[in-house]
Amino acid sequence: MATPPPPERGAHAGVVAYLATSAGVLLLMMVFGLLMRAEQARFVSLGAQWFYQLMTLHGAGMVGIAGIAGAAIMWHFLNQYVALSVRILYANLALFVAGVGLVLGAVLVGGFHGGWTFLYPLPSHSLGLWSDGAAAAFLAGMLVIGTGFLLLQLDVARAIVAGYGSFARALGWPQLFGRDDGRAPPPTVVASAMVTVVNLIALVVGASILAMMLVNLYFPEFRIDPMLAKAMIYFFGHVFINATIYMAVIAVYEILPRYTRRPWKANRVFLASWNCSTLMVMFIFPHHLLMDFAFPKWMLVMGHIIGYLNTVPILVVTGYGALTLVYRSGIAWDTGSRLLFLSMFGWAAGAMPAFIDGTIRVNYVMHNTLWVPGHFHTYLLLGMVAMAFGFMYYIAKPSAKTADGLADRAAFWAYVAGSLGFALAFLYAGKESVARRYAEHLPEWVPYDRIGTAFAVLIVAAALVFAVRFLARLAHARGDQARAGAPQGAAA
Amino acid sequence: MLQHIVWTVSLALMMLVGFGWSFALLRSGIREEEFAPLQKRAYRLRTRFFWGLVAVFGVPMVYTLIDLPYDAVRVAEGSGAVQEVRATGHMWRWELSENRLEAGRPVVFRVTSGDVNHGFGIYDPDMKIVAQTQAMPGVTNTVRHTFTRAGTYRVLCLEYCGLAHHDMTAEFTVGERS
Repeated sequence: MATPPPPERGAHAGVVAYLATSAGVLLLMMVFGLLMRAEQARFVSLGAQWFYQLMTLHGAGMVGIAGIAGAAIMWHFLNQYVALSVRILYANLALFVAGVGLVLGAVLVGGFHGGWTFLYPLPSHSLGLWSDGAAAAFLAGMLVIGTGFLLLQLDVARAIVAGYGSFARALGWPQLFGRDDGRAPPPTVVASAMVTVVNLIALVVGASILAMMLVNLYFPEFRIDPMLAKAMIYFFGHVFINATIYMAVIAVYEILPRYTRRPWKANRVFLASWNCSTLMVMFIFPHHLLMDFAFPKWMLVMGHIIGYLNTVPILVVTGYGALTLVYRSGIAWDTGSRLLFLSMFGWAAGAMPAFIDGTIRVNYVMHNTLWVPGHFHTYLLLGMVAMAFGFMYYIAKPSAKTADGLADRAAFWAYVAGSLGFALAFLYAGKESVARRYAEHLPEWVPYDRIGTAFAVLIVAAALVFAVRFLARLAHARGDQARAGAPQGAAA
Repeated sequence: MLQHIVWTVSLALMMLVGFGWSFALLRSGIREEEFAPLQKRAYRLRTRFFWGLVAVFGVPMVYTLIDLPYDAVRVAEGSGAVQEVRATGHMWRWELSENRLEAGRPVVFRVTSGDVNHGFGIYDPDMKIVAQTQAMPGVTNTVRHTFTRAGTYRVLCLEYCGLAHHDMTAEFTVGERS
């Protein structure tokens, strides 16, 4: 059985490479997002084609880089419990870079703008605006990126089975269904096992539909059922982006206990929650299909119900657990710990408008309005991305006593205000029925876009400070030095 | 209006979450060294929190499953003969079989697509969505709606479908019942 981790271990060079890539790509994708909002606000004039090309890159880039950042966090901590392959770590990054190259070529050279969701049959119906070659490059790029993640997850699966004997043990089934002997796997292992189960299935489904669409592109007589294609795409997309949060939250499980000097153990409630989440993340995806009335009604009702149930583990176990840890802890706040604490708020707060949108009757009047990017930007910007930047601050911190500068504090609060304002501008516009993914908005919709753009500037400025700070301290990321400051009043 | 309720409830819930986080943040300064008793108290409270959530979320979860947009019984909301409209989405235009309808009489929209996925979103004269479904190739989705207000309604595409997605609109008129 694996042993507890030594505290404050430095990052492997591969993890540092993942994080440096994440910092750069996140920033670039945020700039693309800002340009899209500025276009809708009529502050700039890019034209519809550039808007949709940027939209395609922003979506694909953000989902991919969230995967890279989440994988870096999972790999860093999981590698302290089980033996992961460094070669596979690099292979995933290499395939990611190669896939990004194909996607960039497809969009910037080939003019592909079919959206990151590549909804069948749009990639093969361009009306002459992009070639089959451009569509194939995009689909192949996504396939290459997905293959890299599939390799990484297979290696994680191998290492977990080697270290813990089976997935059942890694998910804590002996303690969950038998006597709780207090020897359940640590939260990192439970979370990694959950992510691996759901991601392996999602990546195979995603790769299958991408391969089918590539064949269809050149052999149109090979037809795909549009409903099947849609279900496969949304299953893959939903699970993959959610898995990035479940990977990144490992940073919270591992780092907050070091700051508070309090343990975060996998007790029976924790195990029940993660095992339920394993199932719910996979079966919730019909909430993307609620307006596809032709799907079986039971499936859509299942999406509605699981949408409500899925909030319980987030609020009651992980969110509440973070509050318990921090409450009367004397925690020494710095930008890293602040971002991680903020991330739990962002995840929990973003889940509120999300599950409400998954209510069938609500979805009937709010599906594909700006309400949707409103809720996912809440839990991605304030949740997942805050976890990633929080981890970057932590891992690159030169010592436990290193104090934040004024720029870090200002950037943190700018990020909080910017992200909240940005997400609320989307949500309010959604309430006003503003359609999503529109290059041009009606004049009465433009004021919301202008407010959103102003907040987006704040986010980009804050993220620039976070990224520059991380890159400037990169040399410290590999050291085994103590990083988390001691809580005030803590016993020696 | 449903959208207004949704906005208010979401905001209230997000503020409640924010209140919880602010509470822990404001009380994070003075350390309670013994974590086990604190954790025990927190777990007791968590059990109540869990059952509170089940009650607060459970009721709307079940209640909102009544009267789903998929249910054929919705045509009974209005009175009189059913008006039927066949709607087909194409890149980037809508083809509607009727463009004059009557308020108070049930309407059945049979929606499909001639090429890629589109979203058939019906906007009232105030430009608020009143109903929608997806327009998919090879599939017909049926929307049942009874208009209560006369006026000019617009159909906007609510599924990204390429370069002129934002320009894919149509109009129809709902008149007073004769």
